[in-house]
Amino acid sequence: MAINVTRRQFFKLGGAGLASSSLAMMGFAPEPAEASIRQFKLTHAKETRNTCTYCSVGCGILIYSNGDGARNVEQNVFHIEGDPDHPVSRGSLCPKGAGLLDFVHSKGRLEYPQIRAAGSDQWQRVTWDEALNRIARHIKDDRDANFVQRNSQGETVNHWTTTGFLAASGSSNEAGYITHKVVRNLGMVAFDNQARV
Amino acid sequence: MTNHWVDIRNANLILSMGGNSAEAHPVGFRWVTEAIEHNNAELITIDPRFTRTGAVAQDKAFIRTGTDIAFLGGLISFLIETDQIQHEYVLNYTDAALVVRADFGFEDGIFSGYDESARSYDKQSWMYEMGDDGFARRDESLQNPRCVYQLVREHYARYTPDMVSSITGIPVDTIDRIWRKIAATAVPDRTMTILYALGWTQHSIGSQIIRAAAMVQLLLGNMGLPGGGVNALRGHSNIQGLTDLGLLSQLLPGYMSLANAKEQDYAAYIDKRAKQPTVEGQISYWQHYEKFHVSLMKSWYGDAATEGNDWCYEWLPKLERPLYDVLDTFERMSKGELNGYFCQGFNPLASFPDRAKVTRALSSLKYLVVMDPLNTETSEFWKNYGEYNDVDPSQIDTEVFRLPTCCFAEDDGSIVNSARWLQWHWAAQPPPGEARPDTRIMGELFMKVRQLYLDEGGVFPDPIVNLTWDYRIPSEPKAEELAREFNGRALEDLTDEEGNVTRRANEQLPGFAELTADGKTAAGCWIFTGCWTEDGNLMARRDNSDPYGTGNTLGWAWAWPMNRRVLYNRASADVQGRPWGPNKAFIWWSSEQSRWIGADVPDFPVQSPPSRGQMPFIMQPEGVGHLFAAQSMVDGPFPEHYEPFESPVPQNLLHPGKERARNNPAARIFDGDRAALGRPEDFPHAATTYRLTEHFHYWTKHAELNAIVQPQQFVEIGEGLAADIGVVAGDWVKVISNRGFIKAVAVVTKRMRPMMIGDKQVHHVGIPLHWGFTGVAKKGYLVNALTPFVGDANTQTPEYKSFTVRVEKA
Repeated sequence: MAINVTRRQFFKLGGAGLASSSLAMMGFAPEPAEASIRQFKLTHAKETRNTCTYCSVGCGILIYSNGDGARNVEQNVFHIEGDPDHPVSRGSLCPKGAGLLDFVHSKGRLEYPQIRAAGSDQWQRVTWDEALNRIARHIKDDRDANFVQRNSQGETVNHWTTTGFLAASGSSNEAGYITHKVVRNLGMVAFDNQARV
Repeated sequence: MTNHWVDIRNANLILSMGGNSAEAHPVGFRWVTEAIEHNNAELITIDPRFTRTGAVAQDKAFIRTGTDIAFLGGLISFLIETDQIQHEYVLNYTDAALVVRADFGFEDGIFSGYDESARSYDKQSWMYEMGDDGFARRDESLQNPRCVYQLVREHYARYTPDMVSSITGIPVDTIDRIWRKIAATAVPDRTMTILYALGWTQHSIGSQIIRAAAMVQLLLGNMGLPGGGVNALRGHSNIQGLTDLGLLSQLLPGYMSLANAKEQDYAAYIDKRAKQPTVEGQISYWQHYEKFHVSLMKSWYGDAATEGNDWCYEWLPKLERPLYDVLDTFERMSKGELNGYFCQGFNPLASFPDRAKVTRALSSLKYLVVMDPLNTETSEFWKNYGEYNDVDPSQIDTEVFRLPTCCFAEDDGSIVNSARWLQWHWAAQPPPGEARPDTRIMGELFMKVRQLYLDEGGVFPDPIVNLTWDYRIPSEPKAEELAREFNGRALEDLTDEEGNVTRRANEQLPGFAELTADGKTAAGCWIFTGCWTEDGNLMARRDNSDPYGTGNTLGWAWAWPMNRRVLYNRASADVQGRPWGPNKAFIWWSSEQSRWIGADVPDFPVQSPPSRGQMPFIMQPEGVGHLFAAQSMVDGPFPEHYEPFESPVPQNLLHPGKERARNNPAARIFDGDRAALGRPEDFPHAATTYRLTEHFHYWTKHAELNAIVQPQQFVEIGEGLAADIGVVAGDWVKVISNRGFIKAVAVVTKRMRPMMIGDKQVHHVGIPLHWGFTGVAKKGYLVNALTPFVGDANTQTPEYKSFTVRVEKA
């Protein structure tokens, strides 16, 4: 009887309990048996499908986080690897993608809203409400002062050119769509994303 | 990409030019090696440097940066003069037989209609000649001297091998050898794929380089076939998606465009864009423009958009200049014409040319808002980091807000890869600290602005207070809600001609063919319609089966348009609808089933028989691919070689002594930036910027593993240049342009080779760009201290790949 057990199937068998553990003794271990220690470490992890955030190949990734999804358990990502089912990447990642975990947990990640006042040489932590209220006020004041309804030729233009917006081509379509919806309806035209450069 | 990553394995020849996928797209590049190993394919690279892509290539050439059109133009001439073109394809699927107006011309490097003072063209003469029936005239014999085929032939006759060699620096025998290999794919059953990336876009002639590639592929009959196409590998993970969604100054979602100020009349706005066929019976799919437009307006304005008010046409901002692109915006900002600026996941201090100018511009703002997961250089442009950022905070009055956002691991949603696949992803952990998703930041900010308008009134509040905002938690629109919105739904029951209900109100639409121009449908991005239907979220599918063995996995995720994986795939069959060769069978006409069948979703009306004569390029009014870009480009209907704005070569060898044809005559350059260009005698070395395999832009210097493997900034110079300036490997060098300098460790390498350009030896300087003054890698200089503030004439993409510097021992 030939049974081909893939890493992932073996992984599931392992989770099925004692009955399946004898499979390994019967010689049905997956090919890279050495890797099994790491896989058992992943047994108790939550697996989440995602896509590499760097280049535009769009390699599939599997993100492993601590916790079983129970209430009040905060997930914490501890391992990221390629998705073997992905038709382009077939489980592999490049030197950029191999470091994704360090991007997620980078020391450079921002955690709190901050403001740097005019002329200051430092940041000041503020609440979200304070930051967004002040930004909303800037938007309204500048828009009300500089929005052009008709140009000098008497043409209706309804645009606002004194504030601009750069959107992120590392963000999702959904973030991009709502950004476009908001920015355009404020009347902004100085609006681009990385596709321009 | 017209094709997709896995499809590269079907190629017989792979031309990598203007890109270095082995290092910049390493996992995608595996399909190149797959083609070499299992399809007996050959890889040819053409690059200024010896790259890792070149290291595994079967043939390669080293080209002077910025001269790709010379090489491709010469190739076009070679294909025509040696008659190595795919005749049936060229005659039927391209505009080769169409006749061009008699007043079109080209003289001394300038096309007809040029206005030197405005640096722009009146494109009126760049058009086919229309017959009495209102359709373009045609000459099947291809002998008419004004037919496109003969005009192409005449235009590129000047691009002789000797001329190409003297411009590009590639030896004539290498040119000849590579052209012959490429020409061998003119047969119906062999295809070449062309892979390019930012090495083609970041030039003042970038769009025209890509046009030249498209012309080559049309002449060879390689468009629409498996293993063919012109494939933009692109940069960021969702740069395709944000382009599709129209987040560019002149666009609306789905490649629709904003009106300019002259277009005050709604009907005329639609009429200009709803292109009718210019060859009888052709599909000209853009003729449905109004359906897409009205559906967007219904998505944004709901009941407020009515036929009576032209679907709120007046509410959309109108443009007073061709583009409000980033170069234009930072020019205006540097003159104090902007008060506020938002950077959402964008680091312009590092990413825009002439960093000193960018610093000046940002310093003149009243407020700057940065939303980012990372501590970017832009957010701290005001902070002194010694010579890495030599500014005085007390002199900078910009109020800066910094808002922490989620990264990919912390949000749900879809992103579009360069193969147009929309792939859904899920959050794996909550964001750190108080960081929030961009969707929530935009939602909450909009709620606050709207409230201010409701409370206080204000200027033209209509589009703000009427904007459809029916999210369950208004300050936190969910990815699912937004994806359903851009897919679109029926607002009322839709009926067929006999009054039968074909779609019930509120159902998600399965495709853009159901969109209507009468306000009964809403869709936020028509090309994405079909991604979230009544069958659910198709972007989350993960069936990787490949039933035809072509590498086409139609059940994996969802691709726009309509889940088609290879664009123009009707062209993979001949005029009668039969595959060009058994090995290239992809889509074909089944007379038994009376429809097109095969491995892909046909990019064609599925029941239109070959006998009806409709041609494969369904978005073009002529139904065919354009060798002659009648109206679509601002700088000429044929690509022409012009020198980069900073070039080590003092003149355009195609037009010696013709100063206005030295650089792209239609590229915009501001006076101050022209004055900041360097002269070849002061800055003799050709410089080019690029990315390394271990890093992604300015992000991964924040990631420890990547910072460990490439910790320190360096530049690459050849042995000859190193000897000239007395530098050995490991020495510090100063790289200087007329706009600034960087200091870096010199890597002295055989990978950078001197070239003979005419009687002059030209050295290239290679400048990787990944360092800055924030992050965990060693601090470095932002390389955009060096680059010139000039862009492509069509897109304004900056000329990062070709400029001039001087290298000195530091």
